[in-house]
Amino acid sequence: MQIPAPFDYERASSVNDALELLARHGPESRVVAGGHSLLPMMKLRLARPEWLIDINDLFELDFILLEGDHLRVGALTRHTALLESAEVARLFPIISDAEAVIADPVVRNRGTIGGSLCQADPAEDLSTVCDVLRAVAVVRGPGGERLVDMKDFHRGPYETAVAPDELLCEVRFAVRPNSGSAYEKVERRVGDWAVAAAGAAISLADDGSVDAAAIGLTALGLDGTVAEAEGVLLGQQPREELFVEAGRVAASACDPIADQRGGIDYKRHLADELTRRVLRLACARAAGTQEG
Amino acid sequence: MTVIHDRPGNPAAGDADRPIGYGRIQRKEDPRFVRGQGHYIDDMVLPGMLHGAILRAPVAHARLVSIDTTNALAHPKVLAVITGKDLLALKLAWAPTLSADVQAVLVTDKVRFQGQEVAFVVAEDRYAARDALELIDVEYDLLPPVIDARKALDPDAPLIRDDLEGRTDNRIFDWEIGDEAETEAIFAAADVVVAQEVVYPRVHPAPMETCGAVADFDAVSGKLTLYETTQAPHAHRTLFAIVAGIPEHKIRIVSPDIGGGFGNKVGIYPGYILAVVGSIVTGKPVKWVEDRSENLMSTSFARDYIMQGEIAATKDGKILALRTSVLADHGAFNATAQPTKNPAGFFSIFTGSYDLKAAFCKVRGVYTNKAPGGVAYACSFRVTEAVYLVERMVDILARKLDMDPAELRLKNFIKPEQFPYANKTGWVYDSGSYEEAMRLSMKMAGYEELRREQAEKRERGELMGIGVAFFTEVVGAGPRKHFDIVGLGMADGAELRVHPTGKAVVRLSVQSQGQGHETTFAQIVAEELGIPPENIDVVHGDTDQTPFGLGTYGSRSTPVSGGAVALVARKVREKAKLIAAAMLETRPEDLEWEKGRWFVKGDPGAGKTIEEIAMAAHGTMTLPEGIDGNLDAEVTYDPPNLTFPFGAYICVVDIDPGTGHVKVRRFIAVDDCGTRINPMIIEGQVHGGLTDGVGMALMEIIEFDEAGNCLGGSFMDYLIPTAMEVPDWETGFTVTPSPHHPIGAKGIGESATVGSPPAIVNAIVDALAPYGVVHMDMPCTPARVWEAMQGRPRPPI
Repeated sequence: MQIPAPFDYERASSVNDALELLARHGPESRVVAGGHSLLPMMKLRLARPEWLIDINDLFELDFILLEGDHLRVGALTRHTALLESAEVARLFPIISDAEAVIADPVVRNRGTIGGSLCQADPAEDLSTVCDVLRAVAVVRGPGGERLVDMKDFHRGPYETAVAPDELLCEVRFAVRPNSGSAYEKVERRVGDWAVAAAGAAISLADDGSVDAAAIGLTALGLDGTVAEAEGVLLGQQPREELFVEAGRVAASACDPIADQRGGIDYKRHLADELTRRVLRLACARAAGTQEG
Repeated sequence: MTVIHDRPGNPAAGDADRPIGYGRIQRKEDPRFVRGQGHYIDDMVLPGMLHGAILRAPVAHARLVSIDTTNALAHPKVLAVITGKDLLALKLAWAPTLSADVQAVLVTDKVRFQGQEVAFVVAEDRYAARDALELIDVEYDLLPPVIDARKALDPDAPLIRDDLEGRTDNRIFDWEIGDEAETEAIFAAADVVVAQEVVYPRVHPAPMETCGAVADFDAVSGKLTLYETTQAPHAHRTLFAIVAGIPEHKIRIVSPDIGGGFGNKVGIYPGYILAVVGSIVTGKPVKWVEDRSENLMSTSFARDYIMQGEIAATKDGKILALRTSVLADHGAFNATAQPTKNPAGFFSIFTGSYDLKAAFCKVRGVYTNKAPGGVAYACSFRVTEAVYLVERMVDILARKLDMDPAELRLKNFIKPEQFPYANKTGWVYDSGSYEEAMRLSMKMAGYEELRREQAEKRERGELMGIGVAFFTEVVGAGPRKHFDIVGLGMADGAELRVHPTGKAVVRLSVQSQGQGHETTFAQIVAEELGIPPENIDVVHGDTDQTPFGLGTYGSRSTPVSGGAVALVARKVREKAKLIAAAMLETRPEDLEWEKGRWFVKGDPGAGKTIEEIAMAAHGTMTLPEGIDGNLDAEVTYDPPNLTFPFGAYICVVDIDPGTGHVKVRRFIAVDDCGTRINPMIIEGQVHGGLTDGVGMALMEIIEFDEAGNCLGGSFMDYLIPTAMEVPDWETGFTVTPSPHHPIGAKGIGESATVGSPPAIVNAIVDALAPYGVVHMDMPCTPARVWEAMQGRPRPPI
């Protein structure tokens, strides 16, 4: 049994209660939801919060709602709920693709979208997915609610725009017509962090040309999406040469590090290979929705 | 309502045909495991029990300057802090290893690997013990570490073992076997010679249950009861008597339910000794259970062999000779658990399953600043490395000769009529029918069809590989005159008591870590005496309750203790015969045995069952001369030779050419372990070993950075396979009984771990043939496979 450093624990009963507890216990307190990232780090004594604020009773943050042209996902929504949602699969197949390769069922039953985003691990799949879908984070704090674009949400590894006295409450995804998206990752073993992964979202104009494109890479040293690679596709009819070019651009844009999962050249190769794959699939899916 | 007791007893066999003896029955021990009622070390709670925790070195090589325990001792829940200095006073700072070396229990002079034991805290609870570790101040003076075994003997390499008198470098041993000149002559004249460096990287057994102990020293009686995660309780008792100076009759070792061993729990770890010291010092029972990182970073690793292989053959594919030179990384202390007079265990069986004209091998062992160990992870004392080497070399030869690898093997197998077969390095293989097993595996796989499919896929640029491996295991050590652990001969005892009502208890010297002993050994008694297995209790793992023997590792339980149990049951059967003769008022030689009953030859109606005989043996009738009551017996079995299980494995993989990701699609395993006692348990053992093989082939490695930091210290970093990485195993079998074993059984525990890695790697290399890949080393992670595809495979170490 690995034993964390001493800490105190409180169980929040509402969002307001959670915010009060965070304010009371200060910056050495941490919110725990699924706990699948924070608790292992505490057991290894890499994380040593003085207080844990447990938000697992905040059922008000556990929802998937389609409202108008937005899909609203509560921060406490478990990975399994996202994976099993037919609505999510229909509107944003990239989420289903990613959820199917996030850890294993035991972790997915417990881990949450909010926890994944706030942990902000560089190899976190949902961070890339939310970047690619240009999601908006709904953050509440003592001063009320604010909306944060994904490009402003992540502030580097393990850092986000959520202040110590704030709570991520919701993630909003804009539903775009004639869209398709996809995610693919390479891992050494199911449940391992990604060696590398790529996600893409494509919207097509009425003439079939690319109206909007987003390409994101996981565990490859990039913040946000790969604008240079996206530019290759914009206004063009999707076709293999463009996917190849976008892959080439993505590979040169990324900045991977060598580790036990692979060397830099291999990871750059994956940036290229996986970018091509997800673009192919996302464009096919977008064309499919157009026809449908 | 259905309660669990009402469920059908055994789907494998209806009650009517439930075997009384060998056959497929559910494991007797499983009801307690599936209900969470197993009793492991960490379940133990003794009155007043305290908890220990070990402070471990954060660096790989450093002079110990000072330890200040003041703040830790001031912790309100801490009762004791033990350092190397304290142990020096008790003459316990160093303990003998299983390979004639010594290992520091706590650091006194120098840290020699990251994770080494520096101090031991005893506290009221495990949280306080762990917290108090952070209150100990240790000053280290860093030294350059030796991490790369290839550089361990460089002239400027730092000396790791300056504690050993007269030591001037990091060499542990140089050892060789075989006829070097004869081998050289054959290599010089051979049509074809191929050479390849083959690396078996350091891996870890990673049992689900980590190591631990509860020590309970009674100061009044002077008796030490030590509950331990050990695969060898009797050997530990003797070693504790020698190391700690406690009289052996005052030591009781209990090994309760064990959550996996795989060789990880053979040796005596500093934690066990520290728990004992903690109990003696505080006068209370002390529990110590290591955490996952401690297990991965400090306990016995496996493999770490860099092997230069050479194979010589005629141009039409007759293999003539094998030669290898091995660099073995033994870590900071030579703590390999190995029972032979040579330091490379059973590696000299690298001649494999082939009829060779010559073979020569030399092994050099070196110290490095890494955790000690070396023989673990179901390796049969390094048969794993040997089989991996020869099976890779045969495949490389097949490529060179442009021959099918299965055909090449069939052409070179030792033939059934050649057994007993003396190989070129001193082993006498007891029996084998290799071609039969190979052909069966090919039939099960649909080998020809697979090759056709592969050819079609290659046309389309798809990467499919078919890997073949054949292995001969060598298990079941003794005989005691040749094999020992620190001087204790490798024989095993068994005691059998048949109670008056015909129920029995059999006591074993070996201890199960999950192998199903409580079922298998009951079935052996059942087969010999006709008492149903459910009426036979198996007692093991407690030195106060069981006869002396060397324990469970190296697949030796069935070959050695299985022989002992069969013989003790036969002894009881013969005793029963004398009593039955008296009961039937006839002569013993007029009786005939059928399972469970002696009867008069030619008069089957006149007989006595084993139950009737048992009651008579304990009753009031006058017993025949020489029988002084009861129906008990005991034996010690000293096996005349080892046993040689074998198998033919075929693996099919698909590789994503864009990412290098390997998917094991099929795996066909034909095993021959001689007589099969419980096929269900055998298949379970094979499934487990094959899964181990997937782990080693695809993902497992304990790596170190240049500073000696262990990079595999958690299950986030040290990957073991899940159900997602393994296919549905396809198992088959042949039966070639061991001619010298009482029941013809050979052992199965490690066969699949030994045989599966080469089959998988051979399949991967076969898949990569279009890229010109001839060899790649494990682990075959996507990145490493991709590098091989780019024409630059690299050794993992």
